[in-house]
Amino acid sequence: MTQAISTVSRARHSLAPWARITALAVCALLTLGPVIWTVSTSLRTPAESFDLPPRIIPTNPTVESYRGVFDQIDVWLLALNSTLVTALIAVGQMITAGLAGYAFARLEFRFKKPLFALVLATMMVPLQVTIVPVFLVLKSMSLTDTLLGLIIPAFPTAFGTFLMRQYFLGMPKDLGEAAMLDGCGPWRIFRSVYAPLAAPGLAIVGVLAFNYHWNEFFRPLILETSGQNYTLPLGLVSLQGNLGTGSISVVLAGVVLSMIPAVAVFVVGQRPLREGITSAGVNR
Amino acid sequence: MTTTRTSARTRTVTPPPVPPAPPSARDRGTRLLATLFLAPTIVGIVVFTVVPIAGSVVLSLFHWNVIDDPSFAGAANYRETLSDSTVLVSFRNTLVFMVLAVALQLLIALVLALAVNGRMPVWLRSVFRSAFFFPLVLSAASISVVMKYLFNQDFGVVNWLLGLIGIAPVPWLTSENSAMAAVILVYVWQQFGFSFLLFVGGLNNIPKEIHEAASLDGATGLRKHLNVTLPLLSPTLLVASVVGIINALQVFEQPYVLTNGGPGDSTRTVVMVIYESAFEQLRFGEASAVGVLLFVLIMAVTALQFRLSRRFVHYQ
Repeated sequence: MTQAISTVSRARHSLAPWARITALAVCALLTLGPVIWTVSTSLRTPAESFDLPPRIIPTNPTVESYRGVFDQIDVWLLALNSTLVTALIAVGQMITAGLAGYAFARLEFRFKKPLFALVLATMMVPLQVTIVPVFLVLKSMSLTDTLLGLIIPAFPTAFGTFLMRQYFLGMPKDLGEAAMLDGCGPWRIFRSVYAPLAAPGLAIVGVLAFNYHWNEFFRPLILETSGQNYTLPLGLVSLQGNLGTGSISVVLAGVVLSMIPAVAVFVVGQRPLREGITSAGVNR
Repeated sequence: MTTTRTSARTRTVTPPPVPPAPPSARDRGTRLLATLFLAPTIVGIVVFTVVPIAGSVVLSLFHWNVIDDPSFAGAANYRETLSDSTVLVSFRNTLVFMVLAVALQLLIALVLALAVNGRMPVWLRSVFRSAFFFPLVLSAASISVVMKYLFNQDFGVVNWLLGLIGIAPVPWLTSENSAMAAVILVYVWQQFGFSFLLFVGGLNNIPKEIHEAASLDGATGLRKHLNVTLPLLSPTLLVASVVGIINALQVFEQPYVLTNGGPGDSTRTVVMVIYESAFEQLRFGEASAVGVLLFVLIMAVTALQFRLSRRFVHYQ
């Protein structure tokens, strides 16, 4: 019987796979195409930038354009700013989401339900609706045009809190109960029993935060007015703007430089990132 | 008080209800811990989201340019907003963008997720998955810088590719008719991986036996997908479309970098209008009014979706 089923389904799919896989390969190539073009053009001489058909392997590969980027913008400063902002936000979100997620999953207190509803509701509030008052709040604290002004408002994360709550809910309750019978207080139960188990969940929150804030454009555009506080995406767009005559290979070299950490996170953090996104659709 | 005592006396079989114990040290410890654990998140949300929402509503009732004192405007900002042709066009653009971008994004993601879910070597599957997901890790602003070159009318790779299949060059970014199409394509290119991952997760959650049963009943290819897979995937479809729509209504980087809202106002979106009127023209009251309207629009669209979903979403 089982054999019959498998032969039937195999017969039905026997022609499809090659066509399907070829079509997928074409789609994958189209998806990666712009990135491949960016890297290869950044390694060409400016004169060859617009060659059509685009030569994927440059005939005279050169890193001249990368030198150009370092001449025109302070890459090290921008990278330092981006790293500082992104790392502190990621660590901050791991702490706030870890603590709040644990409280919502495992502690009993008054107004638990309405507070959790409040956290979830803020996921629906677009950043742009609150940006003017947030700008004014930060201005009153003299935090506009500082990196701190970018960092502090990003600490609370509704999605991260939700994710960590689900994560802690998935852990067996008896672990905590056994520790309680052994005389552990609520802090010890968190610290010694549950917190160490939360590392993979926290990694998801951290990687998601890193990816989002490394690429963030809207808030830095509004909050950071002097060049010394720019982050990489702002610097890149200004690099493009400064070049009226335009050596596109320099702009693209800048894009490639800013992609490097994102790609690193993709390689190292692919799994947490994927799980973070997938769980948005499945854990309802 | 008396009633409880009588009922306790008459109840002979069941033991009297245990009076609530005085809060023990442990309960107090738990509550203190909960307060400490929640404080950063709740305080942050109140200061940077709840208060600002109220602030936006209040600001939208005032004229204010930061330099002069705010003056009460009542509904004037809303009246002005709703009769300003740029604002109205931006709302129309944003809605058109939302419908086309989300439809395209979901369709591409669904087809690719179904294709990737078919039979193939494990390593190949993970190569495809990574490829489709990769654009998500890039910055929308810098990728839009790249796309500006690719969509150039004369020397862009997109028109060169179209030329290969005999299509005349399209003035992508410089014509009112095609600029929005370019913005949508760039946005969808970067975003479809998100829905794709949701669908891959959703498809993995569908038990294999259901498909086998459908095959036994003679369901094939497309029919099987339409009648069996889609209904089972509908909760994931709902999440993907809700998240997709909320994100699409806030589109900013792509039109800002690719076209700066032009040509004319053809790609100006609501968020671009908020940005320009607040931070370029210092019209904070008007900007807040537009923001409040956008918020109302997002709430309305999301509520409508959940309403419609009651008829189309099936839970196992």
